[in-house]
Amino acid sequence: MKPAPFDYYAPTTVDEACQLLADAGGGATVLAGGQTLMPLLALRMSQPFILVDINRIDALKGVREDGGVTHIGPVTRQNQAIADATLNRVQPLIVQATRHVGHHQTRNRGTIGGSIALGEPAAELPATAVALGASVQLCSVRGTRTIRAEDFYLGPYATALESDELLTAIEVPQWAEGTLPLFREVAMRPGDFALVGLTGALTVRDGRIERAGIAWFGMGPTPIKARRVEAALLGQRIDGLDVQGLAELAVADTAPFDDLHATAEYRRTVGRYVFADALRDALALRKAA
Amino acid sequence: MSRHDIQVHINGRTQHATVEGRLTLSDFLRGVAGCTGVHVGCEHGVCGACTVIVDGAAVRSCLMLAVQADGTRITTVEGLADADGTLHPVQQALRDEYGLQCGFCTPGIVMTLAALTAGATRPEPAQVMNALSGHICRCTGYQGIRRAALRLCGIAPSSPEQAHG
Repeated sequence: MKPAPFDYYAPTTVDEACQLLADAGGGATVLAGGQTLMPLLALRMSQPFILVDINRIDALKGVREDGGVTHIGPVTRQNQAIADATLNRVQPLIVQATRHVGHHQTRNRGTIGGSIALGEPAAELPATAVALGASVQLCSVRGTRTIRAEDFYLGPYATALESDELLTAIEVPQWAEGTLPLFREVAMRPGDFALVGLTGALTVRDGRIERAGIAWFGMGPTPIKARRVEAALLGQRIDGLDVQGLAELAVADTAPFDDLHATAEYRRTVGRYVFADALRDALALRKAA
Repeated sequence: MSRHDIQVHINGRTQHATVEGRLTLSDFLRGVAGCTGVHVGCEHGVCGACTVIVDGAAVRSCLMLAVQADGTRITTVEGLADADGTLHPVQQALRDEYGLQCGFCTPGIVMTLAALTAGATRPEPAQVMNALSGHICRCTGYQGIRRAALRLCGIAPSSPEQAHG
């Protein structure tokens, strides 16, 4: 239960970090909050030659708004994000989702970018990034590229991030004021992995759904964008919604699996209830406002 | 395998050391700094027994490297009671409410509660209960720990006799 030996570097700039990753030729691993990587090192499931600790790169910390986009520095701690005034104002869904990540003590170290970059299929933040139409900025000595979160996740823990690349920003488009968050997580205990998770946002204008972004977590090998139900919701009047029919469509894009904790059929069944419940709740909130 | 010179402020004193990159903060605190009140249970971030306060925040010390603690201020359970043995309010509450039995998980729970109650305002009970979910205790059934936590939130708990019927 002790990590295998490695060389440890703590660069203070993105350029330095990218150079270290390039020089390592694939033998380096990036250490952010460490709340997943440290157990993998302790269990020796991961044995990098070089560890590049990005916790001392101040440029990767904090949240700012710029022209309708929220930029989240990947080394922003999860508990700092929960307390961040900007995020609470413009991205309440991200705040709500982050409250469900791990435990209070792990959220004090764990980062937003660490969770986004890991690609755990049952994690809240990757699915929330997909639901909101976020992009990730990836940086290396070869240059910088930005790709959509929905194209970033390839499989369980597999992402489009190359071994010499560093996640340098999460860019989230801002949704209209009054956008309704949809968030539900079914887990055995608080802090456990989600058996079924739903995350999303609905913008309603003049009684019609103008914009919808919905994704599942714990319902397949990656975060699953619920494209069919998103398309079906667009333009609909909220007082005449066929909630049951929409719930059926919502789980149609999922690809859940059987494991020790639940069967695929259980996950789909719970998913239908969760979607219907979240939709009714969100729209009732709107009526009361 | 890299080695690093670090300087860490632990319970008010400064500790200098040269550490391997792979040394965890929990092993450093126990083996180098002599703070054996830091209990190492699972060594992979599940049990919460090794929780310490780093720059004001309760974190799992098995999930940090010692080298990452360079320049930080750390409080372990050894740093809470007064020099004359007067217990910290969190320790006293756990003692009064029978919040421990074997005591293995206790230092971690004490540190989480100490961090949450360090501010000027009392924490909300829901916030404290949520934070306690980051700890595993195999003896108490949690009820004594819950009562101690509620007392720290300013809610007078029922007596243990009543609670145990």
